[in-house]
Amino acid sequence: MKIGVTGLNATDNPGPGVPVIRSLQEATHIKTELIGLIYDSLEPGIYMDNLAQKNYLIPYPSSGLENMFERIKYIHDKEHLDFIIPNLDSELFGFVKLKNRLNELGIKTFLPTFEQLMIRGKDKLFDFCTQHDIKVPKNILITSQNDLYSIPKHFTYPVVVKGIFYEAYIANNFEEVITGFNKLRVKWGFPIIIQEYIAGSEYNVVALGDGKGNTIGAVPMKKLYITDKGKGWAGVTINDSTLLELTHKIMQKTEWQSGLELEFMKSNETNEYYLLEINPRFPAWVHLATAAGQNLPEALIRLALSENIDPFTSYKIGTIFIRGSWDFITDMSVFEKITTMGEI
Amino acid sequence: MKYHIPESLAISDSGFLFFARTGETFTLNQIGKEIIRLMQEGLSLDSISTKLIETYDVDEITLQKDLHDFITQLQLHKLVEEQ
Repeated sequence: MKIGVTGLNATDNPGPGVPVIRSLQEATHIKTELIGLIYDSLEPGIYMDNLAQKNYLIPYPSSGLENMFERIKYIHDKEHLDFIIPNLDSELFGFVKLKNRLNELGIKTFLPTFEQLMIRGKDKLFDFCTQHDIKVPKNILITSQNDLYSIPKHFTYPVVVKGIFYEAYIANNFEEVITGFNKLRVKWGFPIIIQEYIAGSEYNVVALGDGKGNTIGAVPMKKLYITDKGKGWAGVTINDSTLLELTHKIMQKTEWQSGLELEFMKSNETNEYYLLEINPRFPAWVHLATAAGQNLPEALIRLALSENIDPFTSYKIGTIFIRGSWDFITDMSVFEKITTMGEI
Repeated sequence: MKYHIPESLAISDSGFLFFARTGETFTLNQIGKEIIRLMQEGLSLDSISTKLIETYDVDEITLQKDLHDFITQLQLHKLVEEQ
């Protein structure tokens, strides 16, 4: 089975493409051939040995869906793709819109619905959680600088200033809010989210839903090391029934179809879990789940092929991932080829 | 008085402690490891004190103080629960 995978940007803000490919290479129920779908000729995954057998540049979603579809069609004509796993938040809406057209080409996907993507949006999550009795930090949406003056009515400092798609800053006073607001406004636009700051420890769960409310697999992880960008750079699988119960509840209430990552903060004060985010795709640490016994990318493909698969019921607790940096040395001709030809 | 050690607390022979519920890890010295083992065996605090005084060259006042400090640390990290 030939599978196109995006998100090979294994940078300091890593995309999930490389660990998804590693998981698919370790699949035991399906035979896989992997094709990298890349947005930039410097995505490190291109230069990793024994990863994708071929890589193709694709246009950014912002350049228009038709462009993207035409490029995928070209790649499909050459490679006969059976499946695509998009791994980046910013491309998911586009792939959801293209889903039927890709299916007509013979390319399957297993994606959340448009409505599911909306529910988990950073501007909608609060409503979803309060509706279903899931603890969530309070937040307000900011659509202009004037709105910032209402912060003291809702919160005491510190607060978290979040972009609609990515990035967040902790602000200890109004001046720091303004700084974060300006950075996020320029980069991600409006709305900007002001969120209650919960002091505590971060816990994440990677999970796979079958689209009918069932959880096919779920592995919780405690971040052991967090970078200054807030990225988990080491983590360990843990055994916490509360986190798993919360995960099952969220999968059931959303009837989530596809992989996702749940980000929780365990409050130092109350010891309760607050749901910070639902990321609508596998996280960059998904290979930890595979190593712990739940190959969720493989299970996603099998679900999409309508195979009857039994939900995973266990995983190895105490499995650790540690991320590192590694310089890949290559020749200018390789870079030239991917840049000028768009494929390698 | 007895203390309960959660099932998800694993302790290795080297004194490395992994709390599987939270993902936290700790390193204990020989005596710390021994105290946890004795708690796991269900011994009361008095019995643990007696055993340690028998084994080590320590006076009771110093032992009680150190034991109290150690248990306070364990409680702070929610590694033991008072029964």
